[in-house]
Amino acid sequence: MKKIEIITRTFKLDEVKTALTEAGVKGMTVSEVKGFGRQGGHKEVYRGAEYQVDFVPKIKIDVVVEDGFAAQVVEAARNAAQTGQVGDGKIFVSSVDEVIRIRTGETGDEAV
Amino acid sequence: MSLVDNAFILICAALVMFMTPGLALFYGGLVRSKNVLATIMQSFVMLGLVSILWAVCGYSLAFGTDIGGVIGGMDFAFLNGVGMTTDGSPADNLPHLTFMIFQCMFAIITPALISGAFAERMKFAGFLVFSALWLLLVYAPMCHWVWGGGWLGQMGALDFAGGAVVHMSSGAAALCCALLIGKRKGHGSTAFIPHNLPMTILGAGILWFGWFGFNAGSALAADGLAANAFVTTHMAAAAAALSWLLAEWMHGGKATTLGAASGAVAGLVAITPAAGFVTPMWAIVIGFGAGIICYGGIMLKNKLGYDDALDVVGIHGVGGTFGALATGVFATIGAEGLIAGNANQLWIQFVSVVATWVFCFAMTFVIFKVVDKTIGLKASEPDEDKGMDIAEHSESAYQW
Repeated sequence: MKKIEIITRTFKLDEVKTALTEAGVKGMTVSEVKGFGRQGGHKEVYRGAEYQVDFVPKIKIDVVVEDGFAAQVVEAARNAAQTGQVGDGKIFVSSVDEVIRIRTGETGDEAV
Repeated sequence: MSLVDNAFILICAALVMFMTPGLALFYGGLVRSKNVLATIMQSFVMLGLVSILWAVCGYSLAFGTDIGGVIGGMDFAFLNGVGMTTDGSPADNLPHLTFMIFQCMFAIITPALISGAFAERMKFAGFLVFSALWLLLVYAPMCHWVWGGGWLGQMGALDFAGGAVVHMSSGAAALCCALLIGKRKGHGSTAFIPHNLPMTILGAGILWFGWFGFNAGSALAADGLAANAFVTTHMAAAAAALSWLLAEWMHGGKATTLGAASGAVAGLVAITPAAGFVTPMWAIVIGFGAGIICYGGIMLKNKLGYDDALDVVGIHGVGGTFGALATGVFATIGAEGLIAGNANQLWIQFVSVVATWVFCFAMTFVIFKVVDKTIGLKASEPDEDKGMDIAEHSESAYQW
């Protein structure tokens, strides 16, 4: 099984979710996160005092799928999230040792 | 007694009361989320603390029989002789109780204003004692000097609704407190970003609304003078909101909502001493000046290096001072300022500015030192890290 972490722009959440469900993904976990990459942060000004805000709000979507399905999911996510501008985010793919469905105790691909 | 005036001033007293929770929101939005409750508390608790002190002896110190132009006697302590008739009332058209409670609301908001200077790092117990002493030893004498028959009023100093009594006094105290308590942990390296500006804007709106009671009510009658004060108050706030935006825009930034709110408050502060003495057109001029001058005022702290967390000095100290001097320039109603050919009024205003700053700064210094040595005022660094809400009040504002 593969875990796919998609970190991208907040306003892309709906498009990515739709693309993933259309590709056949059955569930996902979404978090609001902050971070920076090549986009860097931005400047904020309060009563004339300037602050450099390094951490830009992003959303992170976690999906775990069967090994053979991962490439398709990554492709769908990338197509949906891409704007072509700096700051589109990253997708990380990693191996998952085990998955357990809490309700039934099923494990492995069955539980995904 | 005038029933109409009584009805009007009671409503105005309620409007002024509402300014304190408005101030709580104005300040609360400007701090970090871990300190929002403690900051709100430092305003809100004044509704409790000051009201009781006012009834016990604060009112009497301010408005009791004059003792040497310096302080009032204890004749009205425990509201003795303060009743439903006009007997003993400084305003002979109002029941004494009406006058007393209207003045009480002014006393409540003034120490609350100071709290912006030491926001995010003050212990609550010390804060309560400091504020109680400050009310009795700084506010009550100031109030007596200007409105209670004391020496500034006798000298002819003009302060329609509290430019000196409320704003300069709290501004001077704020400067003293900011210098004595020191900077917040991480000042200069951490970004102190306001955690909820919509809260601040709402607070500014409530302040603006309540200020009509503050200034128009200071006519102490439902008459044309109240109408003039109402209009000058509104026009000054409007002009200052715009001029602050202009200042920050031209200073290389963008027009900000915090700037619009701060400007409006600066205009309200500056027009407070002048509201009943100037015409609406001069009020626009005063407001326009206030927005720009107070924008400069908040830059002072960056130049001079003190941590006046929520800009009480820049807005209330600088705005109140500017307003007091502007009153000496533009007064044409019931008094004559510089433009009416009376340069002496500007001199009297100048003397009142110096007296207010020196007295309030010095007394605040003594009170702060005494309370700091005995009870302690500055929160510990671990408590600052945790946030005042948890450290001082065992609660947090936002759950998820």
